[in-house]
Amino acid sequence: MISFIVRRLAVAIPTLLILVILSFVLMYAAPGGPFNSERPLPPEVLANIEAKYGLDQPFWKQIVNYVSGVVTSFDFGPSFQYKSQSVNDVIAQGFPVTLTYGFWSFALAAIVGVSLGIAAALKQNTWLDYLAVGFTVGAQVLPNFVMAPILVLVFTLWLGWLPGGGWNGGAWQNLIMPVIALSTSYMASIARITRSSMLETLNANFIRTARAKGLPMRRIIWTHAFKPTILPVLSYLGPTFVFMITGSVVIDIFFSTGGIGQFFVNSAFSRDYSVIMGITILVGALTILFNLLVDILYAWIDPKIRL
Amino acid sequence: MKMTTTLKATTAIMLLTAGAAYADGHATHPETGEALASEQTFVYRVGDESPSFDPGLVEDVDGSKIVRDLFEGLMNQDADGNLVPGVATDFTVSDDGMTYTFNLRDNAMWSNGDPVTAGDFVYAWRRASSPELASPYSWYMELMSIENGAAVIAGDMPTEELGVTAIDDTTLEVRLSQPLPYFAQMVVHGTTFPVHQATVEEHGSEWTRPENIVSNGAYVLSEHVPQERLVRVRNENYWDNENTIIEEVTALVITDENTALTRYLAGELDKTQVPAGQFPRLSAEYPEQAVSVPEACSYYYTINMTETGNPALQDQNVRQALSMAIDRDVIAEAVLAGGQKPAYTFTHWSTAGFETPDIGYANMTQEERNAQAVELMAAAGYGADNPLSIDLIYNTSESHKSVAIAISQMWKQTLGVETELGNQEWQTFLETRGNQDYEIARAGWCADYNEASTFLDLMQSDSGYNDAKYMNERVDELLAEAKTSDNPQAAYTEVEQIIAEEMPIIPIYHYAAVDMIAEDLEGWPYNNFQQNIYSKDLFKIAE
Repeated sequence: MISFIVRRLAVAIPTLLILVILSFVLMYAAPGGPFNSERPLPPEVLANIEAKYGLDQPFWKQIVNYVSGVVTSFDFGPSFQYKSQSVNDVIAQGFPVTLTYGFWSFALAAIVGVSLGIAAALKQNTWLDYLAVGFTVGAQVLPNFVMAPILVLVFTLWLGWLPGGGWNGGAWQNLIMPVIALSTSYMASIARITRSSMLETLNANFIRTARAKGLPMRRIIWTHAFKPTILPVLSYLGPTFVFMITGSVVIDIFFSTGGIGQFFVNSAFSRDYSVIMGITILVGALTILFNLLVDILYAWIDPKIRL
Repeated sequence: MKMTTTLKATTAIMLLTAGAAYADGHATHPETGEALASEQTFVYRVGDESPSFDPGLVEDVDGSKIVRDLFEGLMNQDADGNLVPGVATDFTVSDDGMTYTFNLRDNAMWSNGDPVTAGDFVYAWRRASSPELASPYSWYMELMSIENGAAVIAGDMPTEELGVTAIDDTTLEVRLSQPLPYFAQMVVHGTTFPVHQATVEEHGSEWTRPENIVSNGAYVLSEHVPQERLVRVRNENYWDNENTIIEEVTALVITDENTALTRYLAGELDKTQVPAGQFPRLSAEYPEQAVSVPEACSYYYTINMTETGNPALQDQNVRQALSMAIDRDVIAEAVLAGGQKPAYTFTHWSTAGFETPDIGYANMTQEERNAQAVELMAAAGYGADNPLSIDLIYNTSESHKSVAIAISQMWKQTLGVETELGNQEWQTFLETRGNQDYEIARAGWCADYNEASTFLDLMQSDSGYNDAKYMNERVDELLAEAKTSDNPQAAYTEVEQIIAEEMPIIPIYHYAAVDMIAEDLEGWPYNNFQQNIYSKDLFKIAE
């Protein structure tokens, strides 16, 4: 196990490095720059600014400086666009926001999704099953960019119960709609995967054997059927978790939460190189980390899997 | 120690009096006599986080609004855009028009209690033009024609050589490199506002954070969550604090304008922008709230006049024909429908001191224009059997797209011109247009100050913003002349006439600011052409 983790981490470092270099090259290949505007700056002013941010140096040197800054002092540099902020500030401000609503969305989607999927499978072809399947299909065709305006229309404009956006330090009123809008379609996917996985497991030979032995249904489900059912769900949950906590651009922009997704989009449009890089590395590192965690969980649940 | 106590006591008394005057719900406005609401807060939407609200670095319109609340410059503007005293009570101009002397009030204070002195302005102006700060707006100091401005920005002279001197604490002298009749208008811009030297030096680039900032305006920064909100509250040390009514101003970052409209309608905002095309509906439904006022920007198409452009567009007849075939009334009234005005001149019609000159084709009917366009096109050798094909690019936006589609249809119907439309993301677009890698491109320009040269200077051969690369010696001569003339209208008229004749750019419409403004919010400067809003002049009436 330990050697597996060490091996995976060893692979993670070059992976991240390749990610950094690729992003750096792609970013510079995009036309425009962080200091272009409708009104082109006089050359002497532009020269001053480029010198200040080190953009006057050769490309290879910029990469080397950047990587060594990140590695030695965890310094992602100043934001090119927000003059009083560093990339570390941007992440420190935006990431907790995204993490908060992402975590609650994930918890809601996973708990409701798995429960619904199991319930539907156990009561296959009853009204409960039809209701669950109906819900999953419905929710799947209501992606977050459709859900969000509908929620705002109902709860803000018609009922006047909830604020139509903003973060307000993470008050629960501001949290409800982003969480629901972000979780719905994932909830549906999780319910669908769980249901089909459970049905498959229930038809397996070892379950039939367990029934033939006369084990009570509850014990069969929780002791024997749950683990194999949850494996495919788990492989879906890992990347989903990373995706949710690193920000849904749609949720951030629609609800003006000030989360990381909003910074990411803005930095891409304004060519704020350092912020783009910082967020890319953050998302990349989290993805690698959670894939590793999922693999470890896999091994823990299914001893047949060797690490 | 004693100083602090006294200050605290003063603050407490000020708070009490302010509270007594405005918070009891029965107070009335000192000038209009209207009953004031008990809650004096102003919440408005901004589309994006401003890059900076450091006066030396501020570069965008929303950031400038924040700077105008937090800081105060030499002069302010009133609701009609007229100059009124700010930190300076008045100023004198030397006979040759090259030296301005500002007399500063002695009761202006920073939010920490320090007096605002002429030295603060000198420090701020030197800082704004210094290569070390590398401000994207340092060129403004050059635009103001301050002596040695250009050399200081380029780093060829030390900042001490900049033509600004503190004679004493309340006297500021500014020397210009050439007489500039509208110089006083230019000091209402944020770049010229003072900054607190000790604070800037202590905290570096982080001095504008709420825990560090010291400012001299009617408000101080109390909370800043980037990409979410920025809150400012009344500055108890502001010299005119007793006449400030709004207690708290909040800017909320809401990227999507339709979302912002929803939140406005839900009562969360006092002001937001009307999304393109929705003005007719909203003004019918909320006639008291939907407002459209002239905004100091012009919308136009620029034509690439260099050899990388379309050869057909080098022909003046073709350029004129394309311009004439655009039915600007349809664009303004049907496509945009927000109070925009058809444009036949580059300079915005409501610019101060600018009389819209008589431009031949502006007075024709659209039928006459179309007929003449067809003739011009035929003279250039294009017609049904030999149709012209051109490329038109615009930066990605629903409204630019609607305008481009409408215009390409007009060209097609009237002249048989085939137009290939292309949209580009903003940064890509700027690069394409700046490198003359286009045939016809969308452009817009907003006034930096309220005078026609802010627009027409773009037509100068060596202007960095002249994306058409239009060269005309006579235009250059006239614009240089206008700089020092007491009455430059004749020169501006001739420049506009030359543009209308040679058509390097096709003016399309003059902007209007289309907003939803809460009914109880009063004091809005509708007649301020540059929409320079001072929150201290706003107030909310009791409903």
